[in-house]
Amino acid sequence: MRVNPRLTDTLVRHLLNMQAYFTVGILVIIVFIIFIKGISNCSLSFMLTYPEDMGRHGGVFPAIVGTIFLVALSILFATPLGLGTAIFLTEYTKESLLTTIIRFGVESLAGIPSIIYGLFGFIFFVIKLKMGWSLLAGALTMTIMILPTIIRTSEEAIKAVPKNLRIVSHSLGATKWETTVKVVLPSAAPGILTGIMLSIGRAVGETAAVIFTMGSSLRLPTSLMESGRTMAVHFYILAREGISMEKAYATALVLVMSILAINIFAYYMMNKVTAKYS
Amino acid sequence: MSSNKAVFKERIIKQILTAFAFSSLLFLFLIFAFILVEGLPLFYKAGVKNIIFGMKWAPTRGFFGIFPMIVSSFLVTFGALVIGGPLGLGCAVYLAEYAGRQQKMFLKPALELLAGIPSVVYGFLGVLYIVPFIRTFFGGSGFSLLATSIVLGIMILPTVISISYDALMSVPRSYREGALAMGSTKWQSTWRVVIPAAKSGILASCILGMGRAVGETMAVIMVAGNALKIPGGLLDPLRTLTSNIALELSYASGDHRLGLFSTGVVLLFIIMVLNYFANFVIRRTVIK
Repeated sequence: MRVNPRLTDTLVRHLLNMQAYFTVGILVIIVFIIFIKGISNCSLSFMLTYPEDMGRHGGVFPAIVGTIFLVALSILFATPLGLGTAIFLTEYTKESLLTTIIRFGVESLAGIPSIIYGLFGFIFFVIKLKMGWSLLAGALTMTIMILPTIIRTSEEAIKAVPKNLRIVSHSLGATKWETTVKVVLPSAAPGILTGIMLSIGRAVGETAAVIFTMGSSLRLPTSLMESGRTMAVHFYILAREGISMEKAYATALVLVMSILAINIFAYYMMNKVTAKYS
Repeated sequence: MSSNKAVFKERIIKQILTAFAFSSLLFLFLIFAFILVEGLPLFYKAGVKNIIFGMKWAPTRGFFGIFPMIVSSFLVTFGALVIGGPLGLGCAVYLAEYAGRQQKMFLKPALELLAGIPSVVYGFLGVLYIVPFIRTFFGGSGFSLLATSIVLGIMILPTVISISYDALMSVPRSYREGALAMGSTKWQSTWRVVIPAAKSGILASCILGMGRAVGETMAVIMVAGNALKIPGGLLDPLRTLTSNIALELSYASGDHRLGLFSTGVVLLFIIMVLNYFANFVIRRTVIK
């Protein structure tokens, strides 16, 4: 029997359309469930008070502070390293065996699962370098984990800056570094920022690599060598140990909403960049 | 003088940037070195065969068999691909070939946001909704291969979608125009011309999706049930390589801890093989 190609075309179009909206539906449902179940227990005071009784009562203030500390430190370490690598790869060298090897290294880092980062951070930073479960060990582990994202997005952003800008700058007598800092980087800034935002999103949501390096102390960390707990780790412990479903949902709400806000901002920046150069 | 100083400064800056660029390689080396140094000795001590093909994991009594976990990791990865692969490819094809500009502006970011949801949240919702659903309608405890495959299938969607979308978009317009000019419908041109042309990229997206699934930890711990045997069916609980590490690392010591690093060595090996294949497939396309 011969199938009518036009009929097939229409059917397939609807089928694929349904698939796309079904998938978006999954996102909507996840956000919806978290919102509905979490909103009643989530308030400003929930975010600003200390937990009591392992998190069964009270708020998540130390976990929010712990998350901010961890993210700030890892971004502080990873941005110069990642941006430096991207500048080296794009401005200071030609494609060669060396760049191939460095790119291979970056790609490989990106493919390593977070539990391996957890294992490594645990044995290297926590045990061998004697940092113990600490903010510093967590931040260093997270730095390595987000490095590939920062390198790749910065590289893309720097590559997208038109060649003419560099040529003009050089012809005015500027050195390579002056050109990079005063001409190239300002033009690439939104793209670089996108990478940083995506890295922040990743660090906020990470659990496996953090729990074995930063630990899960519920106290507010006051120094680099103290253990602490991020929102994601707190949520994992609340949910897995069945401490409190209400608090787990409320924590998930804060977690998911902040990550969505960060990522939406990142995509907004990225769109601005693509609009500018195309 | 000042120009000499400028040249000197440039040279220093270049050296610093070179050092930065090597940091990624250094980190990669450190990760491999430390996992291997901790993980390999046990392979000598307990025997490669007893670890990789051993059926019993009782590390405090000297049994380090991780064969059931290796099998389980492959099963959930395959399950994730069966569920997430077709769905993800369908989305990618719709986005690349059918969606209008406006629709794309909304759909693409929405699909990418799925990648931002933390894995613990997927696991949590899996426990509260997917596990009870399976318990009610199919039987068993609900903590199962099926539940894990569904959760992982959803989690690999962003990887599959974004990479196969890029592959489809890199097919030249002229291919589509040629097919349409010969009188084929949109679907005929997509199925017979565009998808075959983007084949390698689509394959790579599936391999990278598998890499994501095999490495996923927290969500798997929550929904898999963590039983120490090879699952006999879709409704049986299982324990993957990743969950084995995460479940026991916080209290393990001595040989037990080394056993977890051996598990890490096997996991790292599987990941490297998958990444190698994905890179190989992508590079072949570029050369072509």
